[in-house]
Amino acid sequence: MSGVHVSTTINGDAVEFVCQPGEVLLDVLRNRVGLTGAKEGCGTGDCGACSVTVDGRLVCACLVLGAEVEGRAVNTVEGMANGNQLHPLQQKFIEHAALQCGICTPGFLVAAKALLDRNSDPTEEQIRYALAGNLCRCTGYDKIVRAVQAAAKDLAVDATKPAAKKKATKKPSKKSA
Amino acid sequence: MKDDPSFTNQAFKVIGTRVARPDGIDKVTGRARYGADASAAGQLVGMILRSPHAHAEIRSIDTSKAEKIAGVKAIITSADLPDKVNGKRDMLDILENCMARGRALYDGHAVAAVAAIDAETAKKALKAIKVDYKILPHVTDVDAAMQDGAPIVQSWVRTAGGDANKTTNVAQVSQFGHGNIEEGFAEADVIIERSFKTEQTHQGYIEPHACLASVGPDGSGELWVTTQGHYTFRTQCAQLLGMDIAKLKVTSSEIGGGFGGKTHVWMEPVALALSRKANRPVKLVLTREEVFRGTGPTCSTSMDIKVGAKRDGRITAALAVLRYQDGAFPGIWGMLGGMTAWACYDLPNVKAIAYDVLVNRPKVAAYRAPSAPMAAFGVESTMDLVAQAIDMDPVEFRLLNAAKEGTRASYGPTYGPIGIRATLEAVKNHPQMKAKLGPNQGRGMACGFWFNFGGQTCSTINIGTDGTVNVSVGTVDVGGSRASLSMIAAEELGVPYETVKCSVADTATLGHNDTTEGSRGTFSSGMAIIFAARNAVGELRARAAKTWDVPVEEVEWKDGTAYPMGDQHHNLKPLSLKDIAAKSPRTGGPIAGHNETVADGAGVSFASHICDVEVDPETGSTRILRYAVVQDAGKAIHPDYVEGQFQGAAAQGIGWALNEEYVYGKDGRLQNAGFLDYRIPVCSDLPFIDTTILEIPNPGHPYGIRGVGETSIVPPLAAIGNAVSNAVGVRMNHVPMSPPRILKAIKTQRAAG
Repeated sequence: MSGVHVSTTINGDAVEFVCQPGEVLLDVLRNRVGLTGAKEGCGTGDCGACSVTVDGRLVCACLVLGAEVEGRAVNTVEGMANGNQLHPLQQKFIEHAALQCGICTPGFLVAAKALLDRNSDPTEEQIRYALAGNLCRCTGYDKIVRAVQAAAKDLAVDATKPAAKKKATKKPSKKSA
Repeated sequence: MKDDPSFTNQAFKVIGTRVARPDGIDKVTGRARYGADASAAGQLVGMILRSPHAHAEIRSIDTSKAEKIAGVKAIITSADLPDKVNGKRDMLDILENCMARGRALYDGHAVAAVAAIDAETAKKALKAIKVDYKILPHVTDVDAAMQDGAPIVQSWVRTAGGDANKTTNVAQVSQFGHGNIEEGFAEADVIIERSFKTEQTHQGYIEPHACLASVGPDGSGELWVTTQGHYTFRTQCAQLLGMDIAKLKVTSSEIGGGFGGKTHVWMEPVALALSRKANRPVKLVLTREEVFRGTGPTCSTSMDIKVGAKRDGRITAALAVLRYQDGAFPGIWGMLGGMTAWACYDLPNVKAIAYDVLVNRPKVAAYRAPSAPMAAFGVESTMDLVAQAIDMDPVEFRLLNAAKEGTRASYGPTYGPIGIRATLEAVKNHPQMKAKLGPNQGRGMACGFWFNFGGQTCSTINIGTDGTVNVSVGTVDVGGSRASLSMIAAEELGVPYETVKCSVADTATLGHNDTTEGSRGTFSSGMAIIFAARNAVGELRARAAKTWDVPVEEVEWKDGTAYPMGDQHHNLKPLSLKDIAAKSPRTGGPIAGHNETVADGAGVSFASHICDVEVDPETGSTRILRYAVVQDAGKAIHPDYVEGQFQGAAAQGIGWALNEEYVYGKDGRLQNAGFLDYRIPVCSDLPFIDTTILEIPNPGHPYGIRGVGETSIVPPLAAIGNAVSNAVGVRMNHVPMSPPRILKAIKTQRAAG
């Protein structure tokens, strides 16, 4: 079987790889690109542990083919922090003890960021439904929801600061959930 | 939260605060390395072939075609895993569970394994292996398995103490209790007797089992693995493969959830055997389907519960007959159900009879407070029925009969200070008890008990020349224990939390540590760290004495600093830990403290839960409106993670109560081996889960710690059962209370009139 050559952008960096036509993005990221932050919990799109975004859209990397990301922008948990500055969601997950074992955490962070990118002030119910595709077996979701609420508040404060405004406008504006 | 400084005689500085966990950044940035995140040069991909039959004789396995496929480096069957344990039954059971020996005992039982250069080649090889099965009759239901004439799962099993010539599926009958229940029931004004069933559930950790195994021709090996007990894994793997224990180094990866399901080996000996045969590293990661079919689950059960009480509310007698299925290998699960069933209460006449029964299902593993939730479902549902029958408030009824210090527990011992009454008082006064309920809504409460386990534990503390502290532990960090254990080290040494770095040591670094189970992580490693730190403080005092040239008895240790005692030393400047550490190369070398112990003194733990539900009478669907957990933690080291344990345990109980269930077809095959059809609670299914931490210190621990991880999975089945029953006006007696079961119960009641 001959491989497919793919040129793409991952976390802002230009990346090239060769993968098999039937190989899923999750395996490409983990086994070929060396990014093991996205996890395989099920391989069937039911657990969300492999959540990444492709051109800003939240997907399960286990349900996308590696060959499909040609010319697109893939973002994973490894790209969330800005240099040594954690994303507010990452910071709040630590502060609120929103992780126990942590295996689902990368997927939750990516999914929560996708939510806040399109709806900066979600209600508790909107958070719960936006994260319903991500399974966590440790926390009962309580502290996860609280961390997302706290991060949304933080981001809202940031957005009102003049220095942070530039950063906020960079985000793709999407319809709110 | 209540604290009792008189008990611990300490005003804690670090304990009880909510510091950031040390592994937090690695886990929010994707850097943390779990079981499947390691790789080695030249590694092969391991895969397992599994039986599609519930019960079958394996007449032959032909691997010749598969071996010829380019890129296939090793294929093993049970022939490659000979008995190295001299027929020792419990070890052979583990080995036979890893790889079928002549008979496939359940759907998903491993029969062969392959190591190949990549996943595609390994899959091809699995397809090319030809297994000739002779299908045998099977049994998957616990009651059916106890009938005469049921298919026999293990021909060597005899009921302990029973007929030595009679094959049976009943591996063990256990009995607990005291008093005379016949006399007790004769005294009762009211007797309630009911039968209950619970279905099989899986621990459902999000991380599938995964390992990277490497064995060389010299018999030395390494294993990187997601496990709750890397020392236990080392011993089991070494013994099963005939290796020297010291020559197998096992490193525990970050663990993506275990809940008891990662306490013994499944495919690790297989990965090691493949690596040994191929002489290359082998990475073996299970799929989710394999996790459901071949690992984990807890028991399904069938129970009869009988309670007799006086009109004034005093229970006169209680009887539980419990039938637990252990899967295809004998276990202690029924026995644990029998021990825990009545443990919340002070009963004059009590009996529990428990059966451990074999069926053609996966070997049962521990699942968080194993066996207690099912027995509690039966007992606590019946407790509500008795309270109703004598027209008494269910909380008051439980308070009247609750165990207390000095009560003889139903399973034998006499209790020390315990928290069951305090949790019930807290429930009675909880604001949720006053929240108004609307139509189709109901409230339920229930109590739960679980043991704690101590076990073999070691810890080492090493103090660096800059005054920072390395703590090595042998218990696995399942949910934040490196934070709580760092806090304990900081507290004892009197140094800032941020200067302590706690690591889970590999098996070559520390002595044996028992598996992280029985809520023992913070309890037992915490104890070993306290003693190790006190040893280190002894050495720090000695170094200060040496520096000052005074007798060590004249050096006092306070708040991380050595002080000279007595006026004669007023000219000596106190030496901080940092000062002493900086001088250590010249005062005798590195400063360390060690402790090796069997952490005795584990305290028992109790919880009481309140649940409000709304049931849709048209669909039978249940929504949790409000949920509150009250549990005794002894001493909450890091309250955030104590609350997290309470909430997570409650959520697992909620899933078990309402949705989760292994569904077997008539063919004995598991029909829902995936997260789509085996549905665990998702974020939108649950409300915020309220928590109340009580602190009734455990006198067996220097800080009063009780294990906190497990107890709160015990009450939810019954609390929700009571709430649903109150909402729909029909007693629910079968878990999970899925919409079809609730609708059926409502319809049956309507038909009856």
